[in-house]
Amino acid sequence: MEQVNTKPKKHFNVTLFLLIIPVLLWLVLLIVLPHMDLLISSFQMENDEGDMVFSFGNYLAFFQNKIYWFTFVKTAAYAIGITILAFIITFPVAFYLTKVVSKKHASVFILLLLIPLWVGELVTVYGWMVLLGDHGIINHVLMTIGIIDSPINMLYTNFSMIIGLLYMSMLFMVVPVMSTLESLDDSLIEAASDLGASKWTIFRTIIIPYSMPGIVSGAIIVFMLVIGDYLAPNILGGKSSLWFTEQIYNEFLSTFNWNEGAAFGFLLLMLSSGIIWLALRLSGQKLDKVGS
Amino acid sequence: MIRSLPNTPLYKYGYRIYITLFFLFLVMPLIAISVLAFNDSNYIALPWNGFTLDWFFSATDEREGLFADSNLIESIFTSLTSGLIVATMSTIIGTMAALLFEEEEFRFKGLLYFLALTPLVIPGVILGISILLSSTYAGNYIEKTFGIDIELFRPSYWLVILGQFSFGATYVMLLVSARLKKYDRSLEEAALSLKATRVQAIWYVTIPFLRPAIIGAFVVAFLLSFSNINTTIFLVGSDPTLPIDLYSRIRFSSTPVLNAISFLIVLIITVVAFINFFIARRKENID
Repeated sequence: MEQVNTKPKKHFNVTLFLLIIPVLLWLVLLIVLPHMDLLISSFQMENDEGDMVFSFGNYLAFFQNKIYWFTFVKTAAYAIGITILAFIITFPVAFYLTKVVSKKHASVFILLLLIPLWVGELVTVYGWMVLLGDHGIINHVLMTIGIIDSPINMLYTNFSMIIGLLYMSMLFMVVPVMSTLESLDDSLIEAASDLGASKWTIFRTIIIPYSMPGIVSGAIIVFMLVIGDYLAPNILGGKSSLWFTEQIYNEFLSTFNWNEGAAFGFLLLMLSSGIIWLALRLSGQKLDKVGS
Repeated sequence: MIRSLPNTPLYKYGYRIYITLFFLFLVMPLIAISVLAFNDSNYIALPWNGFTLDWFFSATDEREGLFADSNLIESIFTSLTSGLIVATMSTIIGTMAALLFEEEEFRFKGLLYFLALTPLVIPGVILGISILLSSTYAGNYIEKTFGIDIELFRPSYWLVILGQFSFGATYVMLLVSARLKKYDRSLEEAALSLKATRVQAIWYVTIPFLRPAIIGAFVVAFLLSFSNINTTIFLVGSDPTLPIDLYSRIRFSSTPVLNAISFLIVLIITVVAFINFFIARRKENID
């Protein structure tokens, strides 16, 4: 039989060349250069003569103004809290859809899960605005039934902001957790149960450790989405619920201090990469597993 | 606890109630906007005043329906065309990236692959401001040196497309790579041994195998572009995309026409999702 030559040849590889040029253009022009510009402009400031000079001033301004770093810390803390909340709320759902309900019914539920995801954040955030407002549907229904006399103030508070952030991010926790749970062999749980393990023991010692990779992927995605979200805090949050992305937005599109905005952007990038790096490090996972 | 084990009624019904509440929470905002799209009232609120299609078709000054609102129609059109361009670009480059990282060996492959994945973990706002910064610098530089003003470098239709493409390609790459991992290399080797060139083998053998993933990835890239706001908001010029238009209406001038357009989006997504669902189910039955 003739030997098929599949070894990479010594001479110039045309395919590699054809594939790598567009990919390099994409990554260099739209990812690497823009982020270098972000870093450079965050270290630039206008001096008294109106020239751009190297300076730490943008970062100093961040640390000297309480409102800036306070919002930063608050955003990070809220994002961690919402990630944990998303896990607690959605884990039973993921478990139900993979292990409890029949396969046929599960596919209908999964379809229902995907619709809000694809409808997009703007529409769903707007939906919450319609529901939670002082003249919104929830208040109207509660007042019609007679449970309350005057509207409860829910919209433009931290509460409505959290609902919005949770709603738009939690489904990204369900999907990876479901895919790890799917590969968990039911007989492990049956065996443990036969040997007299309680539900809580099974949950703690089998189910949670087994689904850890999915939980970590989900947590990373949720955290990232929440920390970088602009719509929910902006539309559903009130004056007191300032989000760090709103500060970036203000620097870029309201006060036009792009260098300060670049510094904020770079700090946010550091925060999100730092947390993701930590999560991957602690769980021993790779970045490409998070995406798939 | 699971399907095959007996459960106490408390566990079983308690669980069912929880799941029902969860899905109620999930569909509530979608139902709310849909219902109010047909309410005969000038305010986006209950009480229910009767059924109307005014927020879709009316063309009076008091009630300007969705199809009479030329600004809204224009922004839908902008979103559709830019979405198609973004999806096409992302699909081509993303598929090339998938082939590159799955099939080729070269120096700095790990670094390049890492870079290709970063849009997954860079907040959309950051992508938006960095592309805005670098394009503005490039535009200023070209204007100073050559004296020409290029629209692409200022917030514009095309800059939005570039911004959305920058992360769209990553998602395409991941979806196509997943299918490429299941690909039997011997098919391509057979083509090569039959004197096909590498490019021919990829075009005539590998790409047809990848087709379902490529089509799926195209749809995903389109939807990502169509609903994006975090990146787009910094790059948008004089012609807003639909989400940008809706966003400014929500902030500054809400009328029930917002519900009408939201309802249409929900309706289209639901119909497409169900069609997709039944096609997938039929396929499973045939297999």
